[in-house]
Amino acid sequence: MIEMQDVYKTYPNGVVALNGINVRIKQGEFVYVVGPSGAGKSTFIKMMYREEKPTSGTIMVNGVNLAKLKDSKVPLLRRHIGVVFQDFKLLPKLNVYENVAFALEVIEESPKVIRKKVMEVLDLVGLKHKIRSYPNELSGGEQQRVSIARSIVNSPKIVIADEPTGNLDPETSWGIVELFEKINDRGTTIVMATHNKEIVNATRRRVIAIENGKIVRDEAKGEYGYDASYV
Amino acid sequence: MTLHTFKRHVRESIKSLGRNGWMTFASASAVTVTLLLVGVFFVVMFNINHFAQKVENDVEIRVHIELTADSRQKDALRRQIEAIPNVKEVRYSSKDEELKRLIKSMGEEGSSFRLFEQDNPLSDVYVVKAARPQDTVKIAKQIETLPFVHKVNYGQGTVEKLFDALKVARNVGLVLILGLLFTAMFLISNTIKITIFARRREIEIMRLVGATNGFIRWPFFLEGLWLGMLGALFPIAALSIVYYNVYQVYEQWVSLPFFELLPFSPFMWQLSGLLLVIGAGIGIWGSVMSVRKFLKV
Repeated sequence: MIEMQDVYKTYPNGVVALNGINVRIKQGEFVYVVGPSGAGKSTFIKMMYREEKPTSGTIMVNGVNLAKLKDSKVPLLRRHIGVVFQDFKLLPKLNVYENVAFALEVIEESPKVIRKKVMEVLDLVGLKHKIRSYPNELSGGEQQRVSIARSIVNSPKIVIADEPTGNLDPETSWGIVELFEKINDRGTTIVMATHNKEIVNATRRRVIAIENGKIVRDEAKGEYGYDASYV
Repeated sequence: MTLHTFKRHVRESIKSLGRNGWMTFASASAVTVTLLLVGVFFVVMFNINHFAQKVENDVEIRVHIELTADSRQKDALRRQIEAIPNVKEVRYSSKDEELKRLIKSMGEEGSSFRLFEQDNPLSDVYVVKAARPQDTVKIAKQIETLPFVHKVNYGQGTVEKLFDALKVARNVGLVLILGLLFTAMFLISNTIKITIFARRREIEIMRLVGATNGFIRWPFFLEGLWLGMLGALFPIAALSIVYYNVYQVYEQWVSLPFFELLPFSPFMWQLSGLLLVIGAGIGIWGSVMSVRKFLKV
């Protein structure tokens, strides 16, 4: 569960990114975060995995207040949160299997468990047949699947995605969203920032719209609400 | 940390050396150049020090006893000298022994002094050694004030100058070595910073998936260690070979009586160990310093 109370964020250069955010996201929800570029979407998302600290306010994630979380405890938090990015963030010199296994190696999982879990998630994302391929041999959609596999391999309760379909063509994007729905069906909370109007309007999930650092709209079965795909 | 994780760190650090081939070469070269200079300095310094110690240990005080002193008074003088703090050894040398020594030291011309064997004009002597050579002058001054001392001789003037010169030589060497090491550390820190900069994506991903800072630091720590030791190999080999040959040539062909080189073993083994440790130290320092700034949350 994610809960934010009166969250403000001012960057050192004076830019006000968040201007009083109050929100509750329950376990197992699927939430789209929409809004114009520079409205504070990214900062809002980054708060959830403690990439950024709030200037004031409280952020509870899985019962922990991230505003007060010590730097040394951040790695432990990250082990319970999967993060997916627009640019995949895969390691080019590791193959598919190694890229996914990486997430378990760094938390010192045993090789036996690593093998089992990695094969499981690669099966789930449909890339079992490409475990020996390197990122540059894969299509954008496939790369994003690897990155999603990595984000869920240690069974996090929450997966946070920052424009995961931003670099993909519409068809491939649909595949990725379907994959997120599949993950959501297993009880994982999904928070996805997106500019993809078609997908948001078609899937009818909860939509949180952010403008000028404030939540201007929060609807249970919302629409994208902006004219063009890219605002 | 499990054994498995440790093996992973070692594997990763070695792989990374290969992956960053040219940077590895650059960093190791920086260590090599520095250690070569430092090594040469060490060789020179240790030999000067060895020479200095030998010279210092040869410094002794010759206390000439008044001709009028009887054996009881001589014994009293001996006890008084021995009571002075930091006196290590007092040896008696009769005037006959002194004459023999003189004749011997004069070589072929010494025979002309044999005439004095009938009527020896020299005085009996106490040869005094200080526990620390630096105390020689102080002790000599004290002995001068004692009764039945005719004259005190310790190479006045020369000894003081020698000690001063040696002190300056040691300090200058130390400053130069420290300066070199400092430069090397910055050089290495900078080269490793570049290799780490190229890998900040890897670090970023490690942090995203929940690696602790310690876990991230380990491979870099080991990489620094390998770099330092790799860089130390060439200077060790080069210095060993050169010193071995120089030592052989010096011992066989030059070999001045008052200056001897430190023997190859154990000196070169000790120096090699020292260079290896310094190399490892600056390698580790360089990499740990550069990775630090990428680990700030």
